[in-house]
Amino acid sequence: MPPGEPAVQARGVHKFYGSHHVLRGIDLEVRRGEVIVVLGPSGSGKSTFLRCLNHLEAIERGSIRVCGELVGYRETPRGLVELRDAEVAHARRRIGMVFQQFNLFPHLTALGNITAGPLHVLREGREAAAAEARRLLALVGLPEKAEAYPTQLSGGQQQRVAIARALAMRPEVMLFDEPTSALDPEMISEVLEVMTTLSRQGMTMVVVTHEMGFARAVANRVVLVDGGRVVEDTAPGDFFTNPKNERTRAFLDKILH
Amino acid sequence: MSGWDWGAFRKYLFNLYLLDGAWTTVWLSVAVMVIGLTLGLGAALMRMSRHRLPRDLSRFYIWLMRGTPLLVQLIIIYTGLPQLGIRLTVIQSALLGLGLNEGAYLAEIIRAGILSVPRGQFDAARAVGMPYWTMLRVVILPQAARVILPPLGNNFNGLLKTTSLASVISLEELLRRSQMLIQLEFKVLEIFVVAACYYLAMTSLWGVVQRRLEAHFGRPYGSSGEPPRRIIDRTLLEQDAR
Repeated sequence: MPPGEPAVQARGVHKFYGSHHVLRGIDLEVRRGEVIVVLGPSGSGKSTFLRCLNHLEAIERGSIRVCGELVGYRETPRGLVELRDAEVAHARRRIGMVFQQFNLFPHLTALGNITAGPLHVLREGREAAAAEARRLLALVGLPEKAEAYPTQLSGGQQQRVAIARALAMRPEVMLFDEPTSALDPEMISEVLEVMTTLSRQGMTMVVVTHEMGFARAVANRVVLVDGGRVVEDTAPGDFFTNPKNERTRAFLDKILH
Repeated sequence: MSGWDWGAFRKYLFNLYLLDGAWTTVWLSVAVMVIGLTLGLGAALMRMSRHRLPRDLSRFYIWLMRGTPLLVQLIIIYTGLPQLGIRLTVIQSALLGLGLNEGAYLAEIIRAGILSVPRGQFDAARAVGMPYWTMLRVVILPQAARVILPPLGNNFNGLLKTTSLASVISLEELLRRSQMLIQLEFKVLEIFVVAACYYLAMTSLWGVVQRRLEAHFGRPYGSSGEPPRRIIDRTLLEQDAR
C-alpha cells in the first residue's frame, strides 16, 4: 500500500449496547503513515470505536475498511453480512492492538507472548519467530527480558512487550486504546517514547489517549469524539490553539485547567 | 470367628490376580477421564455458546447425568439397551456410562475455569488474529487449567473409587476381583482390606501427580502457584512491618 493511501476508512458507524446508542455515525479517514489521536470525555465512545476498527465489537450500521477491505463483514446484494470467525480472524492480522490493561498472556514469557501470533496464526518457524521477537524486544528497549514472565515485569515493561507482540504480526495499522492510562506516572514516558519511535518509522497509528503532550508532538490530526460523534477533526496546532467547535473548547477547558 | 490372619493379609497384598484388577481400575479411570474431559470440554463450550440450541442440549445432558444414579445408568446401558438391539461389551458399557457421567461433572468445572480467564485475554488473542480454536488452545485453556486442576484432581480421585461400581456389570476391576477371590478363599476381611489398601495407594499416588501438575501450571505466577498480586502485597506488608 503506497503512502498517502487511506489505511482506515470508517463511514457512518453506528453501535448500540442494547438500547444505548454508543456510536452515532462516526466518520474517520486515516491515511497511511498518519498518527491520529482520538480524544474525548469518558463514555464518549472513543474506545468502543477503536474496538470496532478490528471488529472486537460488531457494528450495527455503516462500514469500516482497513487497507481498502471491509473488516468483519462482506458485501452482498442485500447489504453487509458478518463474516465467519476464521475470516474475521484473518482480517485482524493486519491490525495490531495495544490495550489499556496490557493483556499480556500471563502463562507465557515475554518471548512466548510475542511469538504466539507468528507461530500459531502465521505458522512461521520457531527460530525465525524467536529471532524476530528478539529484534522487537530490542526495539522496545527490553532485550534482556525475553525469558521474563509478565508478573516479573513492571507495568511500563509489560506495555512495551504488548506493543512488540502487536508488531510481530507486521500490522498495517496499530490501534492504541489508552495505552498509558493504567501506568504509574514514571512509566508513561517509556511507553510514549516507543510509540513516538514507531510513528517516525512510518507506522499508521490510531491512538486513544489523554496524553496531550503526545498529541501535540506526534499526531498529524487530533479527533475529538463526544456523544458518539466526531465533533472536531483537525491538525493538533489548530486543535489546541484555535478550536472551531464549542465542545472542543469546553473539553480543553476541563482538561487544561 | 477365626480372627484376623496376618499371614493371609501379607499373601494377598502381593497377589497378582488382585494387582491385575487394580491395573484395570487404573486404566479404566484414565480412559474414562480422557472421555470425560472431551465430553466435558464440548459441553462446557456449548453451554457458553451464543446460540440457544447448543446451550439447551448441554444443559439437558448435564441435568440428566447428574440427576440419575451412575449405578442406574450403568445397568441401563449394559442390561437395558440390548432390549433395543444395542449390545455393548462390559468394557464398552463401563466406558460409555462412566465417561458420560464424568463428562457432565467436568463440564461445570471446565466452564468455571474458562470463565475465570479475564475478558482481556480473549480480546488480546483475537487481536493477534487467532481464530476460536487457536485462542482456546494457546491462550485460554492453559490459563483455565490452573483453576480447573484442583477440582479436576478431586474428581479423578473420586473416579478411581467410583469405577468399583462397574463391578455390578461384571467388569473385573479391583473390587470385582476381590469378591471373586473371596468366593474361592473365604478370607473376607483380609482380601477386602488389601483392596482398600490398593485404593489408598492409587489415590495417594495421584495426589503426588496432582501436586506436580499444579506446580507446573502455577510456575509462571510465582513458585507457590498463588496469584501474583497477593505475593507482592505480602512482601509489601512485611516491609511495612519492619
